[in-house]
Amino acid sequence: MQPDSLRSARRVLLIIGIVAAAAVVAFMTLGARGNWSFVLPFRGTKVLALVLVAYSIAVSTVLFQTITNNRILTPAIMGFDWLYMLLQTVLVFLLGAAATSSIDPRLMFLVEIGTMTGFSLVLYRFLFSGSIRDLHLLILIGVVFGTLFRSLAGLLQRLIDPNEFVVLQDRMFASFNAVDSNLLVISAVMVAIASIIALRIFHTFDVMALGRETAISLGVDHRRITMIVLILVTVLVSVSAALVGPVTFFGLLVANLAYIVMPTAKHRYVLPAAVLIAIICLVGGQTVLERLFAFDTALSIVVEFAGGLFFIFYLLRGHPR
Amino acid sequence: MTFVKLFIPALLATAALAVASLFVGVSEMTFSTLLSGPGGERAWMILGASRVPRTLALILAGAGMAVAGTIMQMLSRNRFVEPSTAGTVESASLGMLAVLLLAPDLPVIMKMLVAAAFALAGTAVFLSILRRVPLRSPVLVPLIGLMLGGVINACTTFFAYRYDLLQAMGAWTSGDFSAVLRGRYEVLWVALALTVAAYVAADRFTVAGMGEDFSTNLGLDHRKVVGLGLVIVSMVTASVVVTAGILPFIGLIVPNLVSMVMGDRLRRTLPWIALSGAALVLVCDMIGRLVNAPYEIPVGSVLGVVGSLFFLNLLLRRRPRAA
Amino acid sequence: MIDIDNITKAYGEATVVDGVTAKLPKGGVTTIIGPNGAGKSTLLSMIARLIPSDKGSVLVDGLDVARTSGDKLARRLSILRQDNHMTARLTVRDLVAFGRYPYSKGRVTAEDREHVRRALGYLGLEELGERFLDELSGGQRQRAFVAMILCQDTDYMLFDEPLNNLDIRHAVAMMKLLRDAARDFGKTVVVVLHDVNFASCYSDHIVVMRDGRLFMQGTPREIIRPDILEQTYGCPFEVHELGGDRIAVYYA
Repeated sequence: MQPDSLRSARRVLLIIGIVAAAAVVAFMTLGARGNWSFVLPFRGTKVLALVLVAYSIAVSTVLFQTITNNRILTPAIMGFDWLYMLLQTVLVFLLGAAATSSIDPRLMFLVEIGTMTGFSLVLYRFLFSGSIRDLHLLILIGVVFGTLFRSLAGLLQRLIDPNEFVVLQDRMFASFNAVDSNLLVISAVMVAIASIIALRIFHTFDVMALGRETAISLGVDHRRITMIVLILVTVLVSVSAALVGPVTFFGLLVANLAYIVMPTAKHRYVLPAAVLIAIICLVGGQTVLERLFAFDTALSIVVEFAGGLFFIFYLLRGHPR
Repeated sequence: MTFVKLFIPALLATAALAVASLFVGVSEMTFSTLLSGPGGERAWMILGASRVPRTLALILAGAGMAVAGTIMQMLSRNRFVEPSTAGTVESASLGMLAVLLLAPDLPVIMKMLVAAAFALAGTAVFLSILRRVPLRSPVLVPLIGLMLGGVINACTTFFAYRYDLLQAMGAWTSGDFSAVLRGRYEVLWVALALTVAAYVAADRFTVAGMGEDFSTNLGLDHRKVVGLGLVIVSMVTASVVVTAGILPFIGLIVPNLVSMVMGDRLRRTLPWIALSGAALVLVCDMIGRLVNAPYEIPVGSVLGVVGSLFFLNLLLRRRPRAA
Repeated sequence: MIDIDNITKAYGEATVVDGVTAKLPKGGVTTIIGPNGAGKSTLLSMIARLIPSDKGSVLVDGLDVARTSGDKLARRLSILRQDNHMTARLTVRDLVAFGRYPYSKGRVTAEDREHVRRALGYLGLEELGERFLDELSGGQRQRAFVAMILCQDTDYMLFDEPLNNLDIRHAVAMMKLLRDAARDFGKTVVVVLHDVNFASCYSDHIVVMRDGRLFMQGTPREIIRPDILEQTYGCPFEVHELGGDRIAVYYA
């Protein structure tokens, strides 16, 4: 790669870094009235949650696209978010709401992530064993799996005693505005652990992006790396789904924006760019909607709208590989 | 020929399902209380005011949605298309919301017509997007339809959220027949009329399903047939959405099963499609009422699970030629 | 007679058919030949109003195809394009019976049934009548489509590469069938063909297209000549007379 494009990649990173920081500052300060010692921790928790979600979705999407070798599949589109929701419902269904609430939420979260990892490995094996050659078919199957998980969750919710359902509903319909702060610490820890593991295998990502055959011939243990990345992705998906619920298209949007603004495909630049763009969108978007339009949870709806249009456009453009 | 002989038994079986459906419910109402004994009068009242309308609504909605799905598959020449994978249902929902916001006092039939107009527009957008699909990849078509539905749904949710109507919206997206009473389902007779109309025009739809070139060769105005089909599909969908909510995947399950067995000559298959659609919805509704009694699971939830499983199966066992 | 007057079709910058004027005679087999991209299929589709033309007109027995009602034309002219993907799952008999649609609009009469029976017989499909199209081989399917066109019983029958997917035996049978339809029943058959020798042996009239334009037309004797074929296809040809037919050899 020419030093020119490296320099411009760094410049772009610097710019979006500054914009992201500005978005955070704006979110913390705009329209704040009264006691700073109250406002700062209150908004600080929220901003931390948003940043965690942005980080999780951006990293999980880019890494998922690296191991599946395409730029249109994302864990959310393949139904992983809804799988997490289904698992939550199953737990409440099996244990009962009372038992579920009495368990330490952090322990519960760990159990959920563990189960989720197992299931998503099965799903991944099933979908990416190579028997499905048509990419569109693969996406459609993923989307329908998502529908199935959502329908199953819906059905189970109806089977739960309506009184217990209320408990579940509170947990299921988290939003960008009502982040569960209890989960923040454990989420942050999980994300940190995932990031450390990701850093240790960071050098393989660019090779993995070249495809399975090339990666193997360059001496990368493709199978092992794929498994590790998939587990990391699952953990990150669980974190974001637990904090704000399923968001289908956000990852697709930020990952593709990152590919567009970055003059290089190297993960050293694309990954931070995706994270920063995600922060700009989430924190900036929330600031605009909350402070300017006084909307609360509309951000996810806006993301679904824009993301859906982008997705259709991407599909129509032809060859999404 | 053998199918013709089988039709009467199938009709009787569905009728038996319908009768069984009459006697499933929370309130005490058995065959014997109807005939005599204390509470007989009350039982007749329940039967007339609630059970019969509900069963009729199930039959009309099931038959209508199955036929609507068939027509959509013929018009788009794609096995995976039905009102809930083409943005039709979501557009009808958006129409409902618009009525609720702008003119909540309109009579049901007008609400239905507004929803139908929205459904018509949404489906027309879908079909015009399809014309731009570079390669008519069969799986790309429902994918775009599902995404379009998602985008329209985001609009609906946005406004519902903005005007605090999410609760009300839940009512017509759940596919729930428990609130169907006398006076609240009659708009579904429109669906029946349209189903009959579809049968009258069955050969046109079959020819349209052979493709635009074949249609033109046989002297059929393809655009007119598409127009007619769109009107039928939108009105049927809208009338179902207005009365009971979304019934996903019937239009996918039934036409595909019937086509596997009997092919696609609609003059022959449409009666079977309508009958099977009605039977499927009756069964799913009974499951929903029995599994968690005394609570009810909306038939839409049951269909969501059954339908997505069927859809997956259809996609995974797809041989390369199928499209 | 098919009267083609200055007909033109362009897709963006590319003009596919460029001001073609020709009269195709009534009766007999007329073959359109020419290299890939010469505009043969587009011309055929425009004659059959499947593709609207940008300029010019086509008259079939004096009827302007762009203005005549589709229904009326469907009883006078039929077309089979190549690469027919059919999503609808129909039996061979159902498909062929739809050839009667312009007459009976789906209500099959006894006369229609007789047409269907004969069409199936001509193409040797009696045994396959109740089979679904998607269960057939490519060649069988192609024959079923042709049977449907025969069943439509129009004065003018247009075929785009009808020999696709057919083995030698069925290809020869197909061309004989089309020739017989023209000879015995007074039909006018217009065929786009790739194989110069099939054109030479079975046509009464040959139209040669090149670069979207009409290059030549005439009897096989006038057209199947080394100089014309070389100019048309841009490679060397020899032409031999064998049993009264002219056979082009281009394997040199």
